[in-house]
Amino acid sequence: MKLIIATIKPFKLEQVREALTEAGIRGLMVTEVKGFGAQSGHTEIYRGAEYVVNFVPKVKLELVVADSMADQIVEVISTSARTGKIGDGKIFVLDVNQTVRVRTGETGEDAI
Amino acid sequence: MTKIKYLPLAAAIAMVPTLGAAQDAEFATLEQTTFIFNTLLFLIGGFLVFWMAAGFAMLEAGLVRSKNVTTQLTKNMGLFGIAAIMYWLIGYNIMYPGDGNWIIEGVFGTISPKDIKTDIDAGGYSNASDFFFQLMFCATTASIVSGTMAERVKLWPFLIFVVVLTGIIYPIEASWQWGGGFLSAMGFSDFAGSTLVHAAGGFAALAGAIILGPRLGKYSKEGRVIPLPGSNLALATLGTFILWMGWFGFNGASQLAMGTLEDVDAVAQIFANTNMAAAAGAIAALILTQVMYGKVDLTMVLNGALAGLVSITAGPLDPTLFGALWIGAVGGVIVVFAVPFLDKLKIDDVVGAIPVHLIAGFWGTLVVPVYTEGTSFVTQIIGFAAVGIFVFVISLIAWMILKATLGIRASEEAEINGLDTSELGMEAYPEFSNG
Repeated sequence: MKLIIATIKPFKLEQVREALTEAGIRGLMVTEVKGFGAQSGHTEIYRGAEYVVNFVPKVKLELVVADSMADQIVEVISTSARTGKIGDGKIFVLDVNQTVRVRTGETGEDAI
Repeated sequence: MTKIKYLPLAAAIAMVPTLGAAQDAEFATLEQTTFIFNTLLFLIGGFLVFWMAAGFAMLEAGLVRSKNVTTQLTKNMGLFGIAAIMYWLIGYNIMYPGDGNWIIEGVFGTISPKDIKTDIDAGGYSNASDFFFQLMFCATTASIVSGTMAERVKLWPFLIFVVVLTGIIYPIEASWQWGGGFLSAMGFSDFAGSTLVHAAGGFAALAGAIILGPRLGKYSKEGRVIPLPGSNLALATLGTFILWMGWFGFNGASQLAMGTLEDVDAVAQIFANTNMAAAAGAIAALILTQVMYGKVDLTMVLNGALAGLVSITAGPLDPTLFGALWIGAVGGVIVVFAVPFLDKLKIDDVVGAIPVHLIAGFWGTLVVPVYTEGTSFVTQIIGFAAVGIFVFVISLIAWMILKATLGIRASEEAEINGLDTSELGMEAYPEFSNG
């Protein structure tokens, strides 16, 4: 099983969610985060004083998939989240040791 | 027009023989009508100025950070209640002792609670309505102070200061002019309170800000100014519009009479001028921030509108609409320069109350002789200085005493975590942190 962590631009969320659902995923977690990568912040001014906003709002997706689906899901996220401009985000793939469904107690790939 | 002016007087004289039979008459006499309309003006003006308390509360709540909102709102509720009580207890009669009753003639009135169960004096106005109306001005003065000192002053020492401000400081200095004291004898002119209310509140706030010190992290060691943006500009804007509306009562009802054609026309002119000054102040700040910073700053536009209102408050009747425009516009310009200037002096004024009320208050007071006959720039400056020095010095002493006894500043940890959790144990937006 693989945990896929992806950061995307917030306005892309709906498009990515739709694409993932069509690809057959059955669960997804979404968090609002701030961050920076290559895309840097910007300067603002408040009552005559300048300040730099270093972080940019992003959305973080986390989902666990079967090993066989991992590459396909990474491709789906990449394609649907891409704008071609700086700040499109990153995707990380990690190994998952164990998965449990709380309601039934199922484990392993059955629990995904 | 001259003939019409004398008509009410002539009619009243003609009716003198019939006044004895007034109780049997179906309709009010002319004198009674005048009483009714005067009283009505005080009542309407009174609740409009009351509404300014909501304006201040929303403006301040919107310009402080989320973690301090509940405390700020509590200060606003508290100061209004205290003003209402103190003004009844001693304030009104210090301010309006009446002829021959001064403890120190022209300087200090009487000390007693206000009684509103007085006889009706036809041709005048209801005493209760005057108390109600004037009380609102006292409360307005106090709310000016709470904005400046936000986000680090402790709740109870602040409220104790309000007791002193509303019970003693404001009534004394206002008595010098509106109570018939030495300033009015001198020819000082302050129609609705650019000095007596706004600059006075500004001076009390300035004294407090100096003794209190700036917020943590506001000024860096290298001398940089670090913005601490407000939590809700929608509330701040709402508050400004509410203040703008309330100001029609603040200035309009200060005509103090509405029973004649001249008086009600004066009230109407005041409404129009007041509105123009606010609009001009807002636009001046809008244009100036665009030019100076390349971007409009909404908080400066809000301050600009209020500064325009303060600027016209000393003389809202006599200027033409064009006069109200340039007077208000200068107020807006003042604010855009004064806000960063205060930061240069390391005086941390969270909402810009000192530029809006003190500095624009001086401008409004100074400019009166341009349109009002019988006034002079020298007298205006003397009046402003007298009130200013008195309020500033007494406030400074009060804040220093409070600092030495109770302490006026929240602890560093409390300030960092937010006053809401330390002073009140209650957050304004709990769902956003605890879920």
